[in-house]
Amino acid sequence: MADTTVTKTAEPVSSAAMRRQMLREFWFYFSENRGAVLGLIVFVLLVIVAVFASLIAPHSPFQQYRDFVLLPPAWQEGGNPSYLLGTDPVGRDILSRLIYGAQYSLFIGVFVTTLSLVGGIVVGLIAGYYRGWVDTVIMRLMDIILAFPSLLLALVLVAILGPSLTNGMIAIALTLQPHFVRLTRAAVMAEKTRDYVTASRLAGAGPLRLMFKTILPNCTAPLIVQATLSFSNAILDAAALGFLGMGAQPPAPEWGTMLAEAREFILRAWWVVTFPGLAILITVLAINLMGDGLRDALDPKLKRS
Amino acid sequence: MFGFLLRRLAVLIPTFIGVSIIAFSFIRLLPGDPVELLSGERVMSPERHAIISHDLGFDRPIVVQYFDYLGGVMTGDFGTSIVSKKPILDQFWSLFPATVELSFCAIILAIALGIPAGMIAAIKRGSIFDQGLMGIALVGYSMPIFWWGLLLIILFSGTLQWFPVSGRISLMFFFKPVTGFMLIDSLMSGQKGAFASALSHLALPSIVLATIPLAVIARQTRSAMLEVLSEDYVRTARAKGLSPFRVVGIHALRNAMIPVITTIGLQIGVMLAGAILTETIFSWPGIGKWMVDSVFRRDYAVIQGGLLLIAAIIMIVNLIVDLLYGLINPRIRH
Repeated sequence: MADTTVTKTAEPVSSAAMRRQMLREFWFYFSENRGAVLGLIVFVLLVIVAVFASLIAPHSPFQQYRDFVLLPPAWQEGGNPSYLLGTDPVGRDILSRLIYGAQYSLFIGVFVTTLSLVGGIVVGLIAGYYRGWVDTVIMRLMDIILAFPSLLLALVLVAILGPSLTNGMIAIALTLQPHFVRLTRAAVMAEKTRDYVTASRLAGAGPLRLMFKTILPNCTAPLIVQATLSFSNAILDAAALGFLGMGAQPPAPEWGTMLAEAREFILRAWWVVTFPGLAILITVLAINLMGDGLRDALDPKLKRS
Repeated sequence: MFGFLLRRLAVLIPTFIGVSIIAFSFIRLLPGDPVELLSGERVMSPERHAIISHDLGFDRPIVVQYFDYLGGVMTGDFGTSIVSKKPILDQFWSLFPATVELSFCAIILAIALGIPAGMIAAIKRGSIFDQGLMGIALVGYSMPIFWWGLLLIILFSGTLQWFPVSGRISLMFFFKPVTGFMLIDSLMSGQKGAFASALSHLALPSIVLATIPLAVIARQTRSAMLEVLSEDYVRTARAKGLSPFRVVGIHALRNAMIPVITTIGLQIGVMLAGAILTETIFSWPGIGKWMVDSVFRRDYAVIQGGLLLIAAIIMIVNLIVDLLYGLINPRIRH
């Protein structure tokens, strides 16, 4: 009889309410970091620009205005107000190309991060859960991938697969994946011996349920932080590949590829080089600012350091 | 310490074998005929194909081929370049000093600026100075360095004309390379202005390559310092009346340096990746540019050999860092 009274007095906490409470707490810590909020605002603006690129961009990113080649930005002498940031060596509007380029960068970030995150989690869960020779083989493989500088490995993989944006993204995802494997494995090994996991196993949960439903949700904080890092790394590496001529191919308005096309004009027309790089820097900086805020909000150990 | 070294080696050897398998299989994964790819000859008669195939060992079982390759690597035979027909190892050694010189200057720059910046930020925590420094560090950390290099060229080589655009030394100077390090060779040559020329060629690439490690080291030093400064023994040292300089510079710094040294070690791999971009922008004749050029020339033999050599160097550097770490922090050895 005592049991029923206990359950009646204790207010049952619905998972929705708890989630709301957790979100509120998360936002409290996140919003304390002004840089992180600024990063979030810039990132949201970038997403809006990318989604509505066709409405915002004043020109087509591919249209070549042959009468207006290498026009300086509007505020400089000789500038034309309809080409706000000037034109490139074949007369395309730089602002429009930058706006469409946001689509590329965000897509690269999302695609690469998803690929390496999902792959890394699955492999890391298996390694951390089963241990033994499976773990040894997986971790040695990850060591091998980490032994190569990521950009060099991506460059060589693209040389094998052929230069294109898709191949570049797959190559970058492969080089970023070991970090997720290591993080997941370490978290799984720490969680696996906890009482709630043992209880769940005794209740008859199979390995798949234990791995994905019981253990994984408790390992997410470091993974989220690593995912933001990977997002910015993916954008930087893809732009570097584009710059080396091994990523997105011309005439795609990808920011790194734009820089590669503009390289020979650097001493004559500063704007063709400056703006695409600035776009990369602002995007990566915004994501890294957000990442710092996420780390502070999610990882109590690193809080306030 | 010896046991620690053995344990590290036990992990290193399988990794090296794995890396060699990847470098070995790479040429066989490429679309197309590996015999044609490695010899660089496009259309050949079946007889010639058979001869070259035999010379390169492609007519033997794959396992035998791998052990032959590994045996060659162990004795310093990494094959010959398709384009230049020179042994790959010779080419590597002639270009490697350029990369070492550049990386060394960059890492010195990064340490010399990054550690003091991180320390000052930690001591003046929360001040405008701290916020400004960490803001700059985050910008540096987010920098696309290939663009940063181009900007510096526009400003310092184009507008101001302070530094040259590319190369290692002005064409006015010519001397036989002795050490391969331009700074040392130019001094030894005794030619007037040679050293200054080498130094001015090194300035911009070093700054570009140092940018990301500098930011990472500054951030790491700050957070390590903050952690140590809140420890009891630091409070004790302060309470004893030691000067703030002594407390921070001697008592706190030694323990704060432990994670920083690991970070510096990890940056060496990052720098080799950065060298690929930096050397390409500044036409710096090192291994990074060599690899990029080889990818464009489809010199698969060089890519294969270079991949293995670079991975081996990174693994050796990481081993040295691990050992140093064990020396500084005895707890890690067990």
